[in-house]
Amino acid sequence: MSAATIQARRADPRTGGPLTMAIRAFQFWLVDYRRTWRGSIYSSVLNPVLYLGAMGLGLGSLVDKHGTAHLGGVSYLAFLAPGLLAASAMQTAVGESLYPVFSAVKWQQTYQAAASTPLKPGDIFRGHVMFTTMRLTMNMIVFLVIMSVFGAVRSVWVIAALPVAVLTGIAFAAPLDAFAVTQKNNDQAFNVIFRFGMIPLFLFSGTFFPISQLPGWIRPLAYITPLWHGVALCRSLSLGTPDVLGSLGNIAYLLVVAAAGLVAGQITYRRRLHV
Amino acid sequence: MLDPDILIRARGLTKRFGDFTAVDGIDFELRRGEAFGFLGPNGAGKSSTMRMIGCVSPPSGGELTILGLDPVTDGPAIRARLGVVPQEDTLDVELSVRENLLVYGRYFGLPRAVIAERTDRLLEFVQLSERAGDTVEPLSGGMKRRLTIARSLINEPEVLILDEPTTGLDPQARHVVWDRLFRLKQQGVTLILTTHYMDEAEQLCDRLVVMDGGRIAAEGSPRELIETYSTREVLELRFSTFEHDQAAEKLAHAPAERREVLADRVLLYVENGDAALTAIRGLGLEPLTSLVRRSTLEDVFLRLTGRRLEDG
Repeated sequence: MSAATIQARRADPRTGGPLTMAIRAFQFWLVDYRRTWRGSIYSSVLNPVLYLGAMGLGLGSLVDKHGTAHLGGVSYLAFLAPGLLAASAMQTAVGESLYPVFSAVKWQQTYQAAASTPLKPGDIFRGHVMFTTMRLTMNMIVFLVIMSVFGAVRSVWVIAALPVAVLTGIAFAAPLDAFAVTQKNNDQAFNVIFRFGMIPLFLFSGTFFPISQLPGWIRPLAYITPLWHGVALCRSLSLGTPDVLGSLGNIAYLLVVAAAGLVAGQITYRRRLHV
Repeated sequence: MLDPDILIRARGLTKRFGDFTAVDGIDFELRRGEAFGFLGPNGAGKSSTMRMIGCVSPPSGGELTILGLDPVTDGPAIRARLGVVPQEDTLDVELSVRENLLVYGRYFGLPRAVIAERTDRLLEFVQLSERAGDTVEPLSGGMKRRLTIARSLINEPEVLILDEPTTGLDPQARHVVWDRLFRLKQQGVTLILTTHYMDEAEQLCDRLVVMDGGRIAAEGSPRELIETYSTREVLELRFSTFEHDQAAEKLAHAPAERREVLADRVLLYVENGDAALTAIRGLGLEPLTSLVRRSTLEDVFLRLTGRRLEDG
């Protein structure tokens, strides 16, 4: 590398380290969010209120009458709420990933606009994940507050459920971003993901009932999805019954999935934006 | 090592997509302050070349140096000093005009105060000041294009890259864009642009290359190209449909340097169009309509490739 090259690089404040550049990409989403934040707050409040009300209190009153031994001796509301917390992290992550990414790369091509500036594809990707992390944090705080208002929390450990739920969301967002950016012509694959991925996960990952109720052969499927690990973690924290070793295993699994997604996105974004 | 006034240098530059070679070993240099054009039909490899210059498409072969740097290793540093007007506007149509410039300026790490000051100036320049607070969506195609041009200037680039800057615009909107680009040129901004409009190339480019099938067919100023590859005047003749073929055949013997038979017309390349028309009438041919005009880059392209630009 010539001295002139080094000079040219150093003299330019318009480029920077990976964090600086990802923050620049993140700011686009922040400006974009100024248009839609009001609506998003309504739904982040309404969603937990409806679910905790209808299923936690309504359905829960029936469940509790038949005894709660299968639920570990707690009320259905207390059992359900932390599961819904993790599931809602997944939903937020999906909502901030599939269509927003496809829109940015195909319909509006704002990704391509960003790629013609000093930002690298990886910066654009991480900026998007950063914004999703912010949205996850917001929604999860709202959810936790509503959970406590409903009296669904059993332990102060629940505070640790915030980062755990956010991590669960990232474990979905990063791989889904990495996938969504590869879609060339239409968004059909997303419907498949919703119908055959997200909805079954939502229903069968231990959110609404313990997976011990599932047939034995299907349980391993639940274990490989990040949601089950998120549900297990959030629940043990909210109920104040953390099994340290198991929880560490859950966290490790979520970290591995999130990291794999971050590596994959680095590659798929480059392939799509630098052709 | 390099003449500092050579901003971009390509040697044997190649871009392949699988088995398809989009750009097939081209050489060119861009000098500071000039307006340099790539003229060619759709699919000639112009956009692929622009994307390589814009450092969003790694070359498959050859050498490319931009602002003294290597686009493969120094993409971000180069892109920081370029302005890009892509073929599609890539604006966020749900944001306001001003917000689009804010977001883009932030990508370059510009402070908000600097962006705000430049935004006012640039919107004034592209005649969009009154729309600053409006959402982009309802703006006309010409306005969006001008906004994209304003956006590309937010980082005060050393080179402005324009890929088909007026494709898809109506004639009036095109003229407004040309006027703005011409002003930039007069301010000393270095322009590199692609087009398949020969009038655009003639109006804006100091120097251009004619590109076809991934290769450069010719290079020079518009005037040089016309002088080298065409005659001073062109006589365009139109005959009734049933006479067309016969007349075209007879015209092979007309006193012209060259003859081009198109589907609906015959073009004769001559020094003096009026004299040639008289001579043709002497051959007993009576065209329905005749037109004497100066040679254009369209004629150069026809000569070099045997096809018309809009045929692609």
